[in-house]
Amino acid sequence: MKPPVLKPPPVNAPVLDMHNVSVSYGAHVPAVLGVDLTVRPREIVGIIGESGSGKSTLAHSVLGLLPKTARMSGERFMLAGADILKADRTALAALRGPSAAMIFQNPMTAFSPIHSLGRQLTDLLWRDHAQSGAQKRARIVAALAEVGIPDPVGRLDAFPFQLSGGMLQRVAIAAALLMQPALLIADEPTTALDVTMEAQILHLMRSLRERAGVSILIISHHLGVIAEICDRVAVMYAGRIVEEGTVEAIFRDPRHPYTQALFACEPALVPTGVRRLPVIAGEVPRPGGRLCDFAARCAVKAARCLEQAPPWTRSGEFPVHHVRCHGSALSGNVPSGRGS
Amino acid sequence: MLGFILRRTAIAIAILLLVALLLFAMMHMIPGDPTVVALGPRSTPEMREAFRAMMGLDRPVLDQLGLLLVRLAQGDLGLDVWSRRPVLTMVLEVLPYTVALALASFVWALALGLVLGCVAVVHHGKWGDWLIGAVSVSFVAVPSFVVALYSLLIFAVWLNWLPAIGAGEPGDIGAQLRALILPSFAVGLGWVGYISRLVRAAMIEAMGEDYVRTLRAYGVGEGRIIYRYALKQALLAILSVIAIGFGSLLTGSIFAEIVFTRPGLGKMTYDAVISRNFPLVMGTVLVTSALYVTCMILADVLSAWLDPRVRSAI
Repeated sequence: MKPPVLKPPPVNAPVLDMHNVSVSYGAHVPAVLGVDLTVRPREIVGIIGESGSGKSTLAHSVLGLLPKTARMSGERFMLAGADILKADRTALAALRGPSAAMIFQNPMTAFSPIHSLGRQLTDLLWRDHAQSGAQKRARIVAALAEVGIPDPVGRLDAFPFQLSGGMLQRVAIAAALLMQPALLIADEPTTALDVTMEAQILHLMRSLRERAGVSILIISHHLGVIAEICDRVAVMYAGRIVEEGTVEAIFRDPRHPYTQALFACEPALVPTGVRRLPVIAGEVPRPGGRLCDFAARCAVKAARCLEQAPPWTRSGEFPVHHVRCHGSALSGNVPSGRGS
Repeated sequence: MLGFILRRTAIAIAILLLVALLLFAMMHMIPGDPTVVALGPRSTPEMREAFRAMMGLDRPVLDQLGLLLVRLAQGDLGLDVWSRRPVLTMVLEVLPYTVALALASFVWALALGLVLGCVAVVHHGKWGDWLIGAVSVSFVAVPSFVVALYSLLIFAVWLNWLPAIGAGEPGDIGAQLRALILPSFAVGLGWVGYISRLVRAAMIEAMGEDYVRTLRAYGVGEGRIIYRYALKQALLAILSVIAIGFGSLLTGSIFAEIVFTRPGLGKMTYDAVISRNFPLVMGTVLVTSALYVTCMILADVLSAWLDPRVRSAI
């Protein structure tokens, strides 16, 4: 079987370009609905949203790692110049690694417990047939040193259980550094780590962008992480992107009531003296509603929210800021949280 | 590692001691006078008395136990009631036949079971998986003596390709190997099905691990994931079950031994129990237990050697 022909994308063409992409499980259970998302070269884009909002399905669709029951459709879904919608399983597998790779939430289980780290990192470099084992080894040692792992040569023979979670997440970033994918997807990369480790990992991810020119798509429900590292943010709710803009726009002037509610629930932003942490009442509805999905939980809903689907409109005074809400123009003056 | 092996060996010796104690207690609890069984109902009281003295049965129970333990410590398993030959010699005579049958059965069963299990995983959810599943389950479901009888009928009686009975003349390796084919087929067939199901389940579990997702996210091929990663994890997971299986084969496959008239530990144990040949029962059961326990120790050492987490902890 032939590897897919990759046309070199034009300079500055988006690394990831999704237009009206939907994913459903089976025929009737949509998980992602009509998503528009672009990630440009060297850009770090964040996706926030509750559990069940479709973030992970979105990430896995980019990697072609959706379960076999999943059905994908859309107008445009390009990853590093390749058309994901037209690619078969073999073509998708060929894209994983060079075009897109992923860092997962729990570094402790992201590596095989019974194979040495050197063995596993070498296996990730399986495409480089031309290189000798010694050459690969030297590259791996260099990458491990670059992400700040002490004694990188000795670590080649180490097993995952001998390293801390933070160290293992560094190894995962070293793997991304070795592979230099066009797009790195990071699914809650710091959730399993303690706070000091979190800052270091975020710093490493930023340097991954600076040194290797990798674009990054971060999935998180941790607003601090998003504010810290992202250029742009998309807020997902019930399979749709409901608000999108620069970090500044979203954090200084959140327009969608759902985004506002997310900020109101962020423990770090809750004013002192509040005895009971706020929550968003209700739960994420099944995606695929034809009207506003958030209306049932919305504090500022109007009659038309229950009558017609909200349009995707420009909003606020920031240059890059869109929102999917009927009342977004009215609800701009809520006290907004400062990016932490 | 050496300390680990020594600790396991100490536990093994304790287990064997317990087995000896239980056997001793059982012999004294079961009804029936061993002298009557040994000498027949027409024996005179004098003959029985002499026999009792010879076997040490006239002494106090604790003395008998002490004597037994001292003898066992010296590696002396006593004399066979009928032939007056040393039990150890008799057991060592049949042991090679049993070990050969167990090895032959298990090697082919393990090889084919692993292949079938892997193929089933590669075709997971497709017709190949279903077919292997159905075949495996039927292998497990058919009793080994049925397989033994039919294979005897087909290959030895009708086709006359292979010898029907016996284990081959001593010294004639070719004949001995030919005599091994049908019994090992009959004994191993069930294990093929069992191991293939075991491997399939363990590999499917391994394929669901997070690290497999990492490998896939970097485009590592399914073949490499299955054979280099999942298979190793699966083998580690089923190692102890495999060891128990092999241990139970070493204790003798009594049906195959009877059907093919092969000498073996299983048949010897059975005959000894039926004829109340207590020293021989004691000897065969102790040797059997020792083999079993050795298998378990080997499995532990092997899994410690394969699993870095265990290796570093000991």
